[in-house]
Amino acid sequence: MGHSEEYQKLEGKIFTKSFFILLSVVLLGFYFVGVRYVKGIGAVSNMSDGYPWGIWITYDVATGTAIACGGYAVAILVYIRNRMQYHPMIRSAILTSMFGYGLAGFSVMVDLGRPWNAYNFFIPSKWQANSAMFEVALCVMAYSTVLILEFLPAILTSIEKSKWERMNAIRNWLHPKIAPDKKTMEDKLEMVRLGALWLNPRLNKVLIFFIVLGITLPTMHQSSLGSLLLIASTKLHPLWHTGFLPLLFLLNCVFIGYSIAILESIISSYSFKRPFEIEELSGLAGLIPFVTVIWLTVVIGDLSYRGQIHAALKGDFYSGWFMTEFLLVGCGSLILFVKKCRRSARWLFISASMIVLGGALYRFNVYLIGFNPGQGWKYFPSFAEVMITVGIVALEILGYKVFVALFPVLPNMDLHGAHKKKGHAKKHKGSEADKTLPAGEAHAH
Amino acid sequence: MKKTSRRDFLKLAGATGAGLLACGAGSALANEGLQVNNEELGMLYDATKCVGCKACMSACKRVNSDYGSLSYEKAKFDEDGLWDAPSDLSGSTRTLIKLFKESEKRWSYVKYSCMHCQKPSCVSVCPVSAMTKEKISGIVDYNKNTCIGCRYCQIACPYNIPKFQWEKAVPQIVKCDLCKATNLREKGITACAETCPAGAIKFGKRKDLLEEAHQRLKDAPDKYVAHVYGEHEGGGTNHLYLASMPFNKLGLPEIKPEAPAEFSEKIQHTIYKGFIAPVALYSTLCFIAVKNMKKHQGHDDDHKKGDK
Ligand code: SF4
Ligand code: SF4
Ligand code: SF4
Repeated sequence: MGHSEEYQKLEGKIFTKSFFILLSVVLLGFYFVGVRYVKGIGAVSNMSDGYPWGIWITYDVATGTAIACGGYAVAILVYIRNRMQYHPMIRSAILTSMFGYGLAGFSVMVDLGRPWNAYNFFIPSKWQANSAMFEVALCVMAYSTVLILEFLPAILTSIEKSKWERMNAIRNWLHPKIAPDKKTMEDKLEMVRLGALWLNPRLNKVLIFFIVLGITLPTMHQSSLGSLLLIASTKLHPLWHTGFLPLLFLLNCVFIGYSIAILESIISSYSFKRPFEIEELSGLAGLIPFVTVIWLTVVIGDLSYRGQIHAALKGDFYSGWFMTEFLLVGCGSLILFVKKCRRSARWLFISASMIVLGGALYRFNVYLIGFNPGQGWKYFPSFAEVMITVGIVALEILGYKVFVALFPVLPNMDLHGAHKKKGHAKKHKGSEADKTLPAGEAHAH
Repeated sequence: MKKTSRRDFLKLAGATGAGLLACGAGSALANEGLQVNNEELGMLYDATKCVGCKACMSACKRVNSDYGSLSYEKAKFDEDGLWDAPSDLSGSTRTLIKLFKESEKRWSYVKYSCMHCQKPSCVSVCPVSAMTKEKISGIVDYNKNTCIGCRYCQIACPYNIPKFQWEKAVPQIVKCDLCKATNLREKGITACAETCPAGAIKFGKRKDLLEEAHQRLKDAPDKYVAHVYGEHEGGGTNHLYLASMPFNKLGLPEIKPEAPAEFSEKIQHTIYKGFIAPVALYSTLCFIAVKNMKKHQGHDDDHKKGDK
């Protein structure tokens, strides 16, 4: 298989027009991050004492991590529900999760007023187990680490397999001026390669336990993201304030996760001009309605139990947002009940988008739209605030692109190219996956 | 009954598919229940006695300036900088007198500051124990050296009390701490209560304040709304209010007797159960995953043999 040829193409792909557009967005975002650190959060954001959490928490953390739950959702499917046929999807899902969670962590550091005190999370005497945020913070940190570990085999394999000339070439190509002379670099690269060779099988043996940890941790912190708002009993609108918040958030991240996995696959198929993976996608799509129906049932059941159905149908500001969220998820799932639609990339795309939008809107409703501290407080994000968020998202996409170029281990890459190659590429990728993820090798050792 | 079943449901939910968890989680956590401690320190503010001189505000700023609530605030109209005219509690103002005007003849002052809740939401949510409630005095205190500035306490406080210094590069949360490290330590009384010329603020133990408040209600029933605000609100507060106007008009929210923190902690504890539940979930999932993998490995080997 023409590795170097394929690699060239990716090299060419890094510095495209979109790269520079993204880069300028990132730089603008970081400019405002700089302003925030010099002049205080108030200088860049419209947050106030009434709305102490703005879109950084609502989007980057509460919604962004749900959207990054593709890795979580697919891992459940593969390892817990034992649907190994979805295995090829897991790596790209994990990579996206990794960047999604990295983004969330970064934006938390921008949002925290006194980030230098964050070390207190590691001091047991400061632990406050009653705080849902304590739980979220620890789990998210742990999960980010786990995600890196989960992805590590892909990196290690690529290092093991790569002939160092190729690494050399990229390095030369990336930093022509600061590259050390060939000899030292070759030695260094060889050491890295040996290290990878040593580490990879050892990691593979225990990887399944990290993968399961990677299923447990999101289960915990995604529900705790809902718990965060339990305390705001006087501020959160009764349409959303319920003891079921943790459960609703958990279900919500699962159906968002599957929908995102579908969207991701459709978009990459489209942009790489290869056939849609209809078989796998329709299988995934068949699962989503199960989760959404439970979610919708809990929402309705809980509203009627608390006597709030009238509030949902009132037709005011809040009920409008509620209905939008509810209908997006509901109608999106209805589409998926139709078998024909499940086999059409177009309908899959439409319904998955609706479900992601509805699910994300639910989180916005809980964190911002349904949150009313009273006394005439108002919140709408400022330009700088939005730009910081957009900049972080752009950084994520940028990082993803560069990452894909440096570690050509994604299915997308293998499948990239002529249609005829597809069968070959797939097989190759499959065997690689068996090696790096524990399914094959872990127990052979 | 209904509550229990809801809790059980949540328990199950935490497991997502690993129903075993419900067994692992064991029986419901003993319900601690909220015990009101009337020995704690607090203040009684009588809006009918207050003359709105704002001496309490400046005393607070003077005494506590080293603790974050320092600067005098300019109002929009105040071009010459001659007024200390904060429009609300803020990163520079821990206590504030407002005037509520119902009509030209009917108005009332009202004082805002931390209510020093019996079961404070801010303490319950703070992830790093920067908000604490002192065991004996009941003072809800803030430690800026621990605080990470997440502002969860602001989300949680039903009275919107903790304020954040939005304009500072090194910000902190600002709220009343009953002059714990200043006036209270030196003179045994809060600066506002010490300063008030009209006797509108009474400082003391909660039980004495409550007794006094009910006495005043009994002595002059026409003068007051027949309610001591803070006696039961949100599980009870140590800062109590008497007024001649409905409290919600004075900007004091209507809050149910159950402390918001009780509700949220109950659910949080039910889900986590002192870490039994997550561990149970993890081991269950490990069991399933390893089993699945072995099964799959078998298939895989068959497959490979077939290939060759
Ligand atoms: S009033 Fe607010 S800040 Fe004060 S103790 Fe109660 S919850 Fe905490
Ligand atoms: S802002 Fe500070 S005091 Fe408030 S909850 Fe966060 S860490 Fe605790
Ligand atoms: S010092 Fe006393 S009278 Fe003056 S504003 Fe304060 S509470 Fe009212």
